[in-house]
Amino acid sequence: MSDTATTTGRPPSVYVPSAEALATVLAPGERPPRPGALSASLTFGWRAMLKIKHVPEQLFDVTAFPIIMVLMFTYLFGGALADSPRDYLQFFLPGIMVTSVVMITMYTGVGLNNDIEKGVFDRIRTLPVWRPAALVGMIFGDVLRYVLAAVVILGVGLVLGFRPAGGPVGVLAGIGLLVIFSFAFSWVWTFFGLVLRSEKSVMGVSMMVLFPLTFLSNVFVDPVTMPGWLQAFVKANPVTHLVAAVRAAMAGSSDATNTMWLLLWSAGFVAVFGTLTMYRYNRR
Amino acid sequence: MSNRNTGLAVEADGLVRSFGSTRALDGLDLQVPAGTVYGLLGPNGAGKTTAVRVLATLLRPDGGRARVFGHDVVAEADAVRARVSLTGQYASLDEDLTGAENLVLLGRLLGLARPAARQRADQLLAAFGLTEAAGRQVKKYSGGMRRRIDIAASILNTPDLLFLDEPTTGLDPRSRNQVWEIIRAVVAHGTTVLLTTQYLDEADQLAGRIAVVDQGRVIAEGTPGELKSSVGSGTVHVRLRDAGERTRAEQVLRAALGVPVQLEADPVALTARVGEDGTDLEAGEQAARALGELARAGIVVDDFSLGQPSLDEVFLALTDHPAVGADERDDELEAAR
Repeated sequence: MSDTATTTGRPPSVYVPSAEALATVLAPGERPPRPGALSASLTFGWRAMLKIKHVPEQLFDVTAFPIIMVLMFTYLFGGALADSPRDYLQFFLPGIMVTSVVMITMYTGVGLNNDIEKGVFDRIRTLPVWRPAALVGMIFGDVLRYVLAAVVILGVGLVLGFRPAGGPVGVLAGIGLLVIFSFAFSWVWTFFGLVLRSEKSVMGVSMMVLFPLTFLSNVFVDPVTMPGWLQAFVKANPVTHLVAAVRAAMAGSSDATNTMWLLLWSAGFVAVFGTLTMYRYNRR
Repeated sequence: MSNRNTGLAVEADGLVRSFGSTRALDGLDLQVPAGTVYGLLGPNGAGKTTAVRVLATLLRPDGGRARVFGHDVVAEADAVRARVSLTGQYASLDEDLTGAENLVLLGRLLGLARPAARQRADQLLAAFGLTEAAGRQVKKYSGGMRRRIDIAASILNTPDLLFLDEPTTGLDPRSRNQVWEIIRAVVAHGTTVLLTTQYLDEADQLAGRIAVVDQGRVIAEGTPGELKSSVGSGTVHVRLRDAGERTRAEQVLRAALGVPVQLEADPVALTARVGEDGTDLEAGEQAARALGELARAGIVVDDFSLGQPSLDEVFLALTDHPAVGADERDDELEAAR
């Protein structure tokens, strides 16, 4: 009887390497030309998409977290800082969108740190492709997450009564600026992801950077009531420029000065932290 | 221009690499003839993994130089990368992705168009008996399947030189045999293989030449036969019925074999190296004689065997210290940060 029990199950298929089958895959073929920088980066971006497909839980931080942020702060501060939560939302939504997305950028560093702990980066680093491609592709994948988070926040905002004067074009322009800045800012985290010892330390450092950067800004309140020294920090803070530019775009006007500052900051982040990242990446 | 299977695949001169205060490579010299399997044999922490990582362009040496098919691993890293592949000790694929996705991804990165990359992936999966597992995430693969998909990924572009870092550590005997078969097929098709291992029998089975590595240096080099005969062709292992007889057994064995006899930690066990400078046949004769003498002396033997020297014994003979060490990659991860 025990015989039938063992034979009804699927027989374990034992792999026997066959010389002929191996010969077909081992015949040296012609080497294709190496892919270009953009093509390699997009392929790594595709890897990020596949990871989202297989581990969809990772989208939790770009969906649930932003919703909580919007609801929490709108009703927490709305009545106190403006006549009603609905009024506050007109001022606040672009700011909380920026805050949430900028906070999410740190997962780039966490993800990279994780990847390095596993062996997959060894293989990637021995491939004859444009060196930054793996990191650029990774950030391409993250950009999709940023867009998703921004759209979720916009959706919640519209439901709660956010009515941007700039219409679809203004909103798109605002999200565009936010994505440009977030792409650039992600390079800060690739650097820390490479330098720091563990996922936990990346999280720790990012909290120390992100809390002051997002809260000490014009996101929640107008800086005029702040003491002078704080105003000085808020004025220099790139997040302040970003929020001002996004607010202006969504309100249907444009803020050339802040937009210029934000683009300069973005270029600076890529130049400085992109270079540092690649130096670390090549030097390990 | 060096051909893929003539001349030297690897030339290393005095490679040095430290991690903090640990000197993982301490003047390592290596010459790997193209078209062969070359074994780097040594315990954990000997510097094998570090050597492979320097040669695969993953680490820069602090001193010395290395060339792969004539290209400097630092100055011409890209040219080296175009000709080598690495299967690391730890899964070197994305474990969240399926086997097929991993192979298509790598195919694309190596320049294949999407349909060609798919076709190549299917071919490899079939040849490595993974067609059924193609759609499963790599993290759900068994140890043997993981190794196979890893090696499949490494030969995607039929490299000229394949690094295999401890390809069979932790595998069951059947999976180990499969990997050995694959390695034999790979080298038969002209790819040079540089493999690291802790097992003498693995190096013996596969490698044309072996370098024994200890403390970041090559301490012996040669064909498996040369290495073994330099250490002695075999080791006699004896287990007695009665621990009280061990001193007498030691005297009998020493007289019969004419070599020093080691007392093992196990109170009834003794070992002795035989055939130091003789042939395998002489080693057998000596062992037979020793067994006879023990019987004649009235010592009851529970277990008696003649085996190849183990890595521990090769080590002991070459270095006078046993083969123990820490895990290098942990050292490296610690020190790199």
